Amino acid sequence: MSDEAAQADDPQTPEVDIKSTHVWKEWKHSAPLIGCRCGPTGRYVFASAMDSTIQRWDLDTDQHAVFGGHDSWLRAIGFSPDGKQTFTADYDGKMCFWETESESAKPTREMAAHDGWVRWLSVHPDGKLLATAGNDLLVKIWSTETTELLHTFPGHENHIYSTLFHPAGEWLLTGDLNGVVNQWEIASGKLVRSFDAKDLRHGVGGVRCLAVSPDGEQLACGGLHKASNALAGVQEPLVLIFDWESGEQLHTHEATEIDRGIARRVFYQADGTLVGASGGGAGGFLLFWKTEKTEFHKFKLPATLHDMDLHPNGLDIVTAHHDGHIRISRMAAKA
Amino acid sequence: MKGHYACNSSEHTMARRQFLGTLTAGAGTVAGLNALIRPAAAAQLVAKKKRILSIFLNGGLSQFESWDPKPGTLSGGPFRAIPTSVPGTHVCELLPQTAKQMHRISLIRSVNTASDDHNLSRYMIERGHAKSAITDYPHLGAVVTKGLDEGPSLLPGHIHVSSAAGARSSNSAYLGPKYASITVGTDGDLKNSQLPGGLTATIDDQRHAFRRQANERFLLRRRTAETDAYVQSYEQALQLMQQREIFDVTKEPESAAEKYGKFDLGRQCLLARRLLESDISFVQVSHSNYDTHAENFNYHIKLLGEFDQSFSALIDDLAERGMLESTLVIVMSEFGRSPDINGDYGREHWCKGFSIAMAGCGIQAGAVIGATNKDGTEVTDRQVDHNDLFHTYLQAVGLDPTAHFNIGGRPVPLADPTGQTIKELLS
Repeated sequence: MSDEAAQADDPQTPEVDIKSTHVWKEWKHSAPLIGCRCGPTGRYVFASAMDSTIQRWDLDTDQHAVFGGHDSWLRAIGFSPDGKQTFTADYDGKMCFWETESESAKPTREMAAHDGWVRWLSVHPDGKLLATAGNDLLVKIWSTETTELLHTFPGHENHIYSTLFHPAGEWLLTGDLNGVVNQWEIASGKLVRSFDAKDLRHGVGGVRCLAVSPDGEQLACGGLHKASNALAGVQEPLVLIFDWESGEQLHTHEATEIDRGIARRVFYQADGTLVGASGGGAGGFLLFWKTEKTEFHKFKLPATLHDMDLHPNGLDIVTAHHDGHIRISRMAAKA
Repeated sequence: MKGHYACNSSEHTMARRQFLGTLTAGAGTVAGLNALIRPAAAAQLVAKKKRILSIFLNGGLSQFESWDPKPGTLSGGPFRAIPTSVPGTHVCELLPQTAKQMHRISLIRSVNTASDDHNLSRYMIERGHAKSAITDYPHLGAVVTKGLDEGPSLLPGHIHVSSAAGARSSNSAYLGPKYASITVGTDGDLKNSQLPGGLTATIDDQRHAFRRQANERFLLRRRTAETDAYVQSYEQALQLMQQREIFDVTKEPESAAEKYGKFDLGRQCLLARRLLESDISFVQVSHSNYDTHAENFNYHIKLLGEFDQSFSALIDDLAERGMLESTLVIVMSEFGRSPDINGDYGREHWCKGFSIAMAGCGIQAGAVIGATNKDGTEVTDRQVDHNDLFHTYLQAVGLDPTAHFNIGGRPVPLADPTGQTIKELLS
C-alpha cells in the first residue's frame, strides 16, 4: 500500500464526487492481473493473474491469500449474494467453487464446465443460478447448490465474451465476438431476441461487457471501434446504449483522446451514471458518462488495466492492472 | 550476361528446334495428364522430381502459441501444451490436427536471425542472406527453380499463391526474370488469361503461327539467351491459358474443399497441392496477419484455427498421395513473438529464439532440433540462422548449397557460404 493510500485508509463515508476520483489503496502481485471482483460484503477483493493464481485481499486487514486450483488463466469470477461462496472458471473450461473466507484456499468443488475458454461468469440475483459461457459457443446455466448443469443454450456463432443476468431475474444476456447480444428466457431456454451491437464488430473486438441500468430501461454494451490498426491495438473504447423496450440503439458513448483502448467493463451507478474502464496502449482509464456522447469525466490510472468492479459501498472502484497492482479508486474528495 | 548463339552450330540449331517443338507439342500432353490425374498416378509422376512448398505465416507467428509452448510460465500465455503423434513432443493446443501429423513433421526450435525488423528478417528468411546495399539476392523459390531447371518448361516454376492474382515479381535478382515468382489467386481466374472479346480461338492460333514463323526466321541469324527467354515467355503464357483448369480449385471435390477449409488459406493450400502435382518446382502460400502486438491470443485462436485445418489436411494429403517423399514443406515466418506479454495482451517481435517446421523430402520425420530455455527468452541448444536453414532447404531437394551458378561467366554461390546444412535433420 502506498503512503498516500495509507493516509486515506478507513475514511469516513463521503459523498460521491466523481470529479475528485483518486486512488486511495493499492496492492501488488508479482504477475500481471487480468481479472478482479469485489465480494458483496465489501471485505474481499479477488483478482486473477497471468500466473494462473487467484489472489485474495482483505480490505479490512490488508491480509493476502493465494487461491490455487486453476492451471490456466481465468477472468470469470463471481459470488453468492451473501458473499460466502466464490465461483471461478478458467481457460481450460474448469469451474471451481470456493469458501470465500477459506484459509485453506482450496476449492470445495470443481467440475469440467466447458470445452475451452470460459470468458465470463454471472450469478443470478437470487444466487441459485450461475451462468457461464465461452469459446465453445455454449451458454450454460448451473445450480449453485448442487453444481448440476440445468440448461445449455446453443445459438451463438462465435466466441461468447460476456454474460449478465437481467436484474429482473427472468432473462440472461450474452454478448459475442460478432456483436450479437442474445436475450434468453431462463426458464424455457428460449431465445427471446437479439440486440444488434454490430458497431462493436471489429477484428477480435466483440461485446466485451454488458450492463443494465438501475431502472432496467437501458442496456449498455462495451467494446471497441475505430480499429485503424487492431493488430497494434490502435482502436478506441465504445459503449452502445440500447433501449430495453424497443431493442433499438439509442446512442453511443465514446472517449476523448484515448487512441488505444478497449472498454473492458461497464457498470451503472445508482443515479444512472455509466462508468467504463478502458485498458490498452494509452493506459488505464475510468470513464464517466451521463447522456452525452463523450465522457464528462476521465480519470487516468497509473498503469493500463484489464478489469474493473464496483465496491458495494458505491464509492470505490476496484481495478486489475497489467503492472500487477490492484488499485482502489474512490469517487470522492481525498480525506 | 548475354548468351550469344551466333555460331549457328548444328547443336544449337537442334536445340532451337527442340526448344520450340517441346513448347508447342507439350501443351496437350500436360493438359491431358492433368485431366486424367489420380492420386496414385500423380505420385508416380511427381516422385521423380523434388519440389518445395513454403507456407509463409506473415507478420511473425508466435512460437509460444504454436511449436514451442511454455505452459506454466509467465511467458507461456493462456494456452496448454498438448501431446502429439510423436511421444514426448508437445505443441500448443491451438494445433490439435497438426499434432496428429507430427510424426511427419520436424521442428527447429532454435532459430535466431538477429533482426526484429519485418522487411529485413523476411528477406533473410526467404533469401538466406542479409539484405545488402550492393547485391540483391534471389528468393528461395528462384534459386530452387533455377537449380532444378531441366530445360524449357510448360508452366512457370516459381508460383506464389495469394488471395488475389498479380503479376510476375522481381524477386529473382541476378537469376533473371524467368525465375521470378508469378502470383496467382484462388478464385480460378488467372489474370488476363482469357482471350479478349471478339478474338476467336482460330484467329488467335493464326496470330501465334505467324509469330512463330517470324521468330523462326529471326532466330536463324540472331538467336541469344534473351530471345529464347522472350520466346519462352510467350509460349509459357499460352500454356497458362490452355491449362487454366490447373489453377481452378473448384474442380476439386467438395470433400477436399471441406477438408482443407472453406477460407482463403484452405483454398490456397488446395491450389498449392494441384500445382505441386503439375510439377511446379516451388509454390508459396501465405497467411496473414500474425503481427499481433495486441490481442495476440485472440488473434492466434482465429489464425491458427485456419492454419491447423489447412496445414494438417495438406500434409495428410501429400503423404497419402506419395508426394511428401519428394516435396519439402516449410512453415516459416520472418520471426517469432516476444516472451513478454504487453498490456494489450500482445507480443512484440522476437528473433532470438523462434521456430520453423519442415516436413518431407528426406527431412527426418518427428525430429525436434534445438531448444529454448524454460521461459523462451534464449536459445539453449543448437542455434541456427537463416543461412543454415537456406543450406538445409537446398540440400533436402538435392541441390548442393556450396555449388555455384554461372551468372554471366561469374560464379555465384547458391547459398551464403557462411551457412551450414543442419545435417542431423536430414535422414
